[in-house]
Amino acid sequence: MGDPPGVAMERRAIALIDANNFYVSCERVFRPDLENRPVVVLSNNDGCVVSRSAEAKAAGVPMGAPWHQQAVLAREHDIIALSSNYALYADMSNRFMRLLARFSPQQEIYSIDECFLDLGCPATSPDGEATRQGREIVHLIRRQVGLPVCVGIGPTKTLAKLANRIAKKNPEWQGVCDLGPLPDDARDALMAKMPVDDIWGVGYRFAIRLLALGIRTALDLRRADQGRIRAKFGVVLARTLVELNGIPCLGLEEIASPKKQIISSRSFGIPLVGREAIEEAVVAYVTRAAEKLRRQASRAGLITVFLLTNRFHENEEQYQASETVALTEATDDTRRLIGGAVGALKRIYRAGFRYHKAGVVLGEISTGAVLQPPLFGDDTGHDRERARTLMTTVDGINAAFGRGTVRFLGEGTNQPWKLRAQFRSPRYTTRLSDIPTARAA
Amino acid sequence: MGSELKWVGGPWASGETPAAGGLVARPVPAGFPSPADDYVESRISLDEHLIRHREATFFVRVTGDSMSGVGILDGDLLVVDRALTPVDGSVVIAVTGDGFTVKQLYRRPGGGAVLKAAHPGYADIEIGPDGELRIWGVVRWAIHRVWPWNDER
Repeated sequence: MGDPPGVAMERRAIALIDANNFYVSCERVFRPDLENRPVVVLSNNDGCVVSRSAEAKAAGVPMGAPWHQQAVLAREHDIIALSSNYALYADMSNRFMRLLARFSPQQEIYSIDECFLDLGCPATSPDGEATRQGREIVHLIRRQVGLPVCVGIGPTKTLAKLANRIAKKNPEWQGVCDLGPLPDDARDALMAKMPVDDIWGVGYRFAIRLLALGIRTALDLRRADQGRIRAKFGVVLARTLVELNGIPCLGLEEIASPKKQIISSRSFGIPLVGREAIEEAVVAYVTRAAEKLRRQASRAGLITVFLLTNRFHENEEQYQASETVALTEATDDTRRLIGGAVGALKRIYRAGFRYHKAGVVLGEISTGAVLQPPLFGDDTGHDRERARTLMTTVDGINAAFGRGTVRFLGEGTNQPWKLRAQFRSPRYTTRLSDIPTARAA
Repeated sequence: MGSELKWVGGPWASGETPAAGGLVARPVPAGFPSPADDYVESRISLDEHLIRHREATFFVRVTGDSMSGVGILDGDLLVVDRALTPVDGSVVIAVTGDGFTVKQLYRRPGGGAVLKAAHPGYADIEIGPDGELRIWGVVRWAIHRVWPWNDER
């Protein structure tokens, strides 16, 4: 295949919409006083910075930085730090996604704050239909849920991502960058300014190797020889190259594909020593992961448990271990998953350490449609049916009356490992006792 | 068509457990279409009645009595819709200084607006033609607890 002269634009317009600094923006909807001030949101247990307002970025707070190392900067710039409020973010994300779903029957939810939409019009619409829809999206989301978003539009997912990045980094686009109606040279000029490692699907390691070949920018990659890229880097990067040329290779998946893995892991609020306490935490993590699994109508075939001490406490003895166990058959039954996890924990636990963190990973995830009976197993169809009913009931009760209303016994009741979330905002949209107040004074 | 699922009352067959409300799901042979199928009535839902734009609706608690003239009292629960465009006289949640204020919005003919309290004891807020006014949402309903007055739920 020779180099196509320009980016093919006769395709349908794909939009990538994402919220700017999503967690911080969610907080600001209910705290207008945080507008124009440096704000960060911290990860679970108030560990690292996971979301930064533009002001916090400008102040020099690095993404992912441990917050306790930012004390000087925080004081100097009067930075406001908030604990993660996932109940709020999840609800705001649901609102955001459902509003966007109105624009297209074809939506792929890509993460908590971004999704692809097939706008249902040509990528090069002479009347600017795609651009118009993009502007409407920005306006609607800002207006109805209060979130600032950016929209990138192009004929492929890769170009939509690239356009989104341009819109995000350059305020003059006012939140919407549509590559469709641009003349070839203008599009190429934009691609020439984009470093190759900013392209979706080009990792850091690929970028280094590409640089060695003189491929520095998105434009360089677009013009590179497809066969050569495929031979050196494999089919994934070759596909990226084709997508940069405006030829779609990656389809929109209407429903987000079941994730390859489900991870449930947190740092303990306080160091744990005894196995019983750690077991309670692990059981709670499995319970949460299993709920997620069932929401995806999936089953897990493997469960991994890991456990570690605090590597930042250098004067303490360090230990870390993990074990993966295979289940006799893929399951979504919390009790079976707990059985597997607790067994694994017993085998990896060593007395005499101060443990800092544990977690579980569900792997080998399959969708519910296929049901493989075990070759050797005690399981009958009847038992499976009963288990399904029990899990649905437990999930239903917990959804109706709040997480943890019905618990599996191993979870424990006082949970000394509970998270630190010192600066968490109220759950404005999920608890009646937490709703915002307005003064009538 | 096979069989369809329908809610039926009556005595429990052996092995069945009554579900909440004393009804049990039981397959009913098709071929006897019920007239009710075409005119389904469901129980009144306050969510459906009070919420027009589901994704844009938020609940807000009132503190203070400056809006008593329009029937909004201290402690009331407001149903706030961010999808609505306020008109003259709309009760709105406005952003003022450090937080939210509930007031009645009127536009000034020459530009600008005024946020009016609905109580003689409170002053209005004037916004000049060049002033900035942020409307957070439009109040559609005020839910007022009648009794018991200080129950949390």
